[in-house]
Amino acid sequence: MVHSAPALVAAQVNARKKRWLRYSTLSKLVPYFYVSPATFLLVLLMLFPMVMVFKYSLMDGAIMKKDAAFAGVQNYLTIFENPVFWQSVGQTMYFTIMSVVFHFIIGLAFALLLNTNRVDPLIRSILRVLFILPWLFTAVIIAIIWRLLLDPNGVVNSVLMALHIINFKVEWFSSTHTAIHALTFANIWAGYPLYMVSLLAGLQGISKELYEAAGIDGANELEKFWYITIPQLMPIIISIALLDFIWTMQVFPLVWMTTGGGPIYSTEVLSTFTYKLAFSQYEFSLASASAMIILIISMSVTYFYIKHQQRR
Amino acid sequence: MAKRSKNSILPTILTYLGLAVGLVFSSFPIVWMFFSSLKSNTEIFALPPRLLPEDFTLAAYLTIFNDPVKVRFFINSYFVAGVVTCLTLVIAILTAYGFSRYSFRFKNTLNIFIISTQTVPPITLLIPYFGMVVAFRIFDTYLALILTYMVFTLPYAVLLMTGYLNTLPKELDEAVLVDGGSSWTALWRVIVPVSIPGIVATAVYTFLLAWNEFLFALTLTKSMDLRTVPIGIQLLMGQHAFEWNEMMAMSVLGSLPLLVLYLVAQRYFLAGMTAGSVKS
Repeated sequence: MVHSAPALVAAQVNARKKRWLRYSTLSKLVPYFYVSPATFLLVLLMLFPMVMVFKYSLMDGAIMKKDAAFAGVQNYLTIFENPVFWQSVGQTMYFTIMSVVFHFIIGLAFALLLNTNRVDPLIRSILRVLFILPWLFTAVIIAIIWRLLLDPNGVVNSVLMALHIINFKVEWFSSTHTAIHALTFANIWAGYPLYMVSLLAGLQGISKELYEAAGIDGANELEKFWYITIPQLMPIIISIALLDFIWTMQVFPLVWMTTGGGPIYSTEVLSTFTYKLAFSQYEFSLASASAMIILIISMSVTYFYIKHQQRR
Repeated sequence: MAKRSKNSILPTILTYLGLAVGLVFSSFPIVWMFFSSLKSNTEIFALPPRLLPEDFTLAAYLTIFNDPVKVRFFINSYFVAGVVTCLTLVIAILTAYGFSRYSFRFKNTLNIFIISTQTVPPITLLIPYFGMVVAFRIFDTYLALILTYMVFTLPYAVLLMTGYLNTLPKELDEAVLVDGGSSWTALWRVIVPVSIPGIVATAVYTFLLAWNEFLFALTLTKSMDLRTVPIGIQLLMGQHAFEWNEMMAMSVLGSLPLLVLYLVAQRYFLAGMTAGSVKS
């Protein structure tokens, strides 16, 4: 078989065109190929469960009964009638707001201290490593450390009594007056490093010229801090505070391991309240309704977080 | 002149004072935990309290090493966190490559989906997970833990890796495409080798998340053979509430991998911590 040269060329061009066409339709699919495993997993582990928990929350006897009936909003009404739920809401808000405020104050103070050039650079870099340490400890271990320190016979009471600040052994975690504050304190200790690290990065990104210009205009240190440092750090502060608010609101292991929500509900937060409904009382439908409420609060704060992130 | 030097000494003293207070605040609880693990139980609540042990003892550590149940907690934690880290890395690298090198429909939607995944309450997911895990007959298995942990390791890993790949010039992998290679080759032969710092950051942070997980480990496993370190510590707390030195030793051993990773890969670690919040 002998082909004429022009026919051969035409055939080759045709084949190349076909291949190109196939390649270009395929190439449109390439990005989807790369992102599909993560998308599949997150749909399976996020969207599907969220639909399920919503469905459970509208049923009577989800998971426990084979033929659970539709119950409408009854579970939500039952939750709203429960005084412990409202107590948990209040305690969760106290715990969260105090944590976010003090995380910010301590994080900023440490970041400013580590950012000055008044201190030997070597000392600064060593302290920088040490100041982050609380962030590396898991909530269970943080709980156990503070249970040891705040034990009635523990070192905190001994020191406070030696300094005559208190005159009896305070049962920090087992008194209804102090438990929520002790818990909040432990959480403040555990969470400030995220702010510190982020604000330190932010501080190092502020142009020196801004301060010099303000100095020429006669601004003092306090004015420089208030009119330059804080506004420049604002975007970071807002994103971290929003994230921290969402995460702190959902806290579980720390509460579970220190007080378990007690004594007499005085440290009950939304997550322990929900957990007990599900896994101590096996009221999965009520627990799902409670979990949906936590989800709705989280997602409304998340909305602001995403808006904020996209504006930057 | 005299006034000026006085003005600069006072702030320096105050700065050092502040740093000293900070040092006590951040490190004292940890140092106390460490030395308590080396004390005998009777000495832990001794009056007046002493930081350093009078009778230095490794008894608490030896008890743990000689108890196969407790050793198993550590093996489980290393295994689960290790597998989760490997799987998360592979999937996150693929996704990050898709995100950083292509534009496609639904990209923005998918991005928002991934960002919002970070903020979904674990307790909300826990109830349907429990239902699913029982229905799929994987309750009380490694698989249940590994699979469910991915829901919070993946979003961070994707955000971190995408951020890292965005810093690499496109010419790098385009050279492979121009030579007729596929994007797959470009990814594994060119992009992955130069992304090692980003991959290390992602791996370290993923490992940390998986190592620390508590809620799912508590609820989706039941047998002692499958318990991880955080649950092991909780069980120890419930069963032997007064063996403080042993609980402190468990805590020291349970924090060790993260402390070592932090000291070795500090630079990468910080990148992981601030990802998603500072820039995403």
